[in-house]
Amino acid sequence: MSTESLLHTPLFSLHTALGARMVPFAGYAMPLQYAEGIMAEHRHTRTQAGLFDVSHMGQVRLRARSGAVRDAALALEQLVPADIAGLASGRQRYTQFTNAQGGILDDLMVTRLGDDLLVVINAACKAADIAHMRAHLSDTCTLDVLEDRALLALQGPLAGQVLAALAPAVADMLFMDVRTLDIAGAACVVSRSGYTGEDGFEISVPAAQAEALARTLLAQPGVAPIGLGARDSLRLEAGLCLYGADIDETTTPVEAALEWSIQKSRRAGGVRAGGFPGAEIILAQLSEGTARRRVGLLPEGRAPVRGGAGLFADATLASPVGKVTSGGFGPTVDAPVAMGYVSTALAQPGQAVAAELRGRAVPCTVQALPFVPAGFRRTAG
Amino acid sequence: MSLYYTKEHEWLRIEGDSAVVGITRHAANELGELVFAEARPAGTVVKAGETAAVVESVKAASDIYAPVDGEVLDANPAVVDDASRISADPEGEGWIFRFRLSAPEQLSGLMDAAAYTAFLG
Repeated sequence: MSTESLLHTPLFSLHTALGARMVPFAGYAMPLQYAEGIMAEHRHTRTQAGLFDVSHMGQVRLRARSGAVRDAALALEQLVPADIAGLASGRQRYTQFTNAQGGILDDLMVTRLGDDLLVVINAACKAADIAHMRAHLSDTCTLDVLEDRALLALQGPLAGQVLAALAPAVADMLFMDVRTLDIAGAACVVSRSGYTGEDGFEISVPAAQAEALARTLLAQPGVAPIGLGARDSLRLEAGLCLYGADIDETTTPVEAALEWSIQKSRRAGGVRAGGFPGAEIILAQLSEGTARRRVGLLPEGRAPVRGGAGLFADATLASPVGKVTSGGFGPTVDAPVAMGYVSTALAQPGQAVAAELRGRAVPCTVQALPFVPAGFRRTAG
Repeated sequence: MSLYYTKEHEWLRIEGDSAVVGITRHAANELGELVFAEARPAGTVVKAGETAAVVESVKAASDIYAPVDGEVLDANPAVVDDASRISADPEGEGWIFRFRLSAPEQLSGLMDAAAYTAFLG
């Protein structure tokens, strides 16, 4: 695909000015890395603060035609297994669009802000997700695709103090809180969340003000621009799923070890149990377990084991037990890290398995996720 | 000693009765910081264009092809120990594997430094 045919985010010219190496990603020209390189950008985010352009992701606003946000929440609950009706205003939750087989069509973040539900969806699934929501929610909701908003992520241990210098109210926000805030003159919707395992924010900003806000953030001490390359290694170390790799239409939320995202109210015996696509399968899996589970894997030695590698019971590579779904080198772990699916009997931390790499066996140890402790700000102080 | 270059961005330098092979500065810049390197086992016989070694960045694995027909002798222990040495000096100390040519006349099909620079455009 030539770069001319790719979509541009509102920060395209800034990326170019910063010397980014641009690559095609989900139909957009996106920065893979800047001059510092993936390794340095990864470490910068873990120790200071990184600024990411995630404007390629879809931002959608749902409003109940009745005017009652609960009606929009109940409608959305027909597509996802999370408790949306119970979501307080100013709070965000992670969930998945499921299919009739219990597989995952996409994963998403849902925010309730006053009478609005705000949904953030993956770039590659954006068109399908919007069609899916229109088909199932249009009777109860109006659905606005917020094409005129960019999305920035500021992530890392310094993110809180950097953003508080521009918008003091963020100092009171905890993990998964969402506020509307004026930042450097732009009307933003800010969530304290992200995709790196660090404390940080995602900032929805009017497209016309996105570059100015990004430049303001980059001018703060400790902030550097970070590309998609480091975004991937950061989320892998954080044990976070990449849609299309670690989760897809053939993996259920329970197989993917995402059952923490299915609240009690939607489980068997809950006040709004089931009622989403594939609920019978997913609820049965919650009580009975699954044949396979997503786990973390630490390969022995220095060679990265990547997505697609077969997993076996032992070094003879005779008995298949699963597959690696993402893997690479973890700059903070300073070793290869991977995630994949294994037979549930083997899904215990410390379990030895073997991955096939270039025809030979690489010993791997099943490891509890995340690989790097999360830096989320879950409590005040 | 002069280097021979391939269109796949490897270089080869004759050293006595064998040669060493690495990746060009251009390739090293494209790949970014490397985290792992290995050659195929000593004694592996390869044709020109077949995989003789692998280097890995954070993001991806890249095959390193044999510039001409021959036999892999051994990997550079320095880059096996620390693959970032390839990025630091790709056309010198960061050579990747030692190689015995089986058809030295094939060298005439490779590029010299001037031709490779022109090839990069």
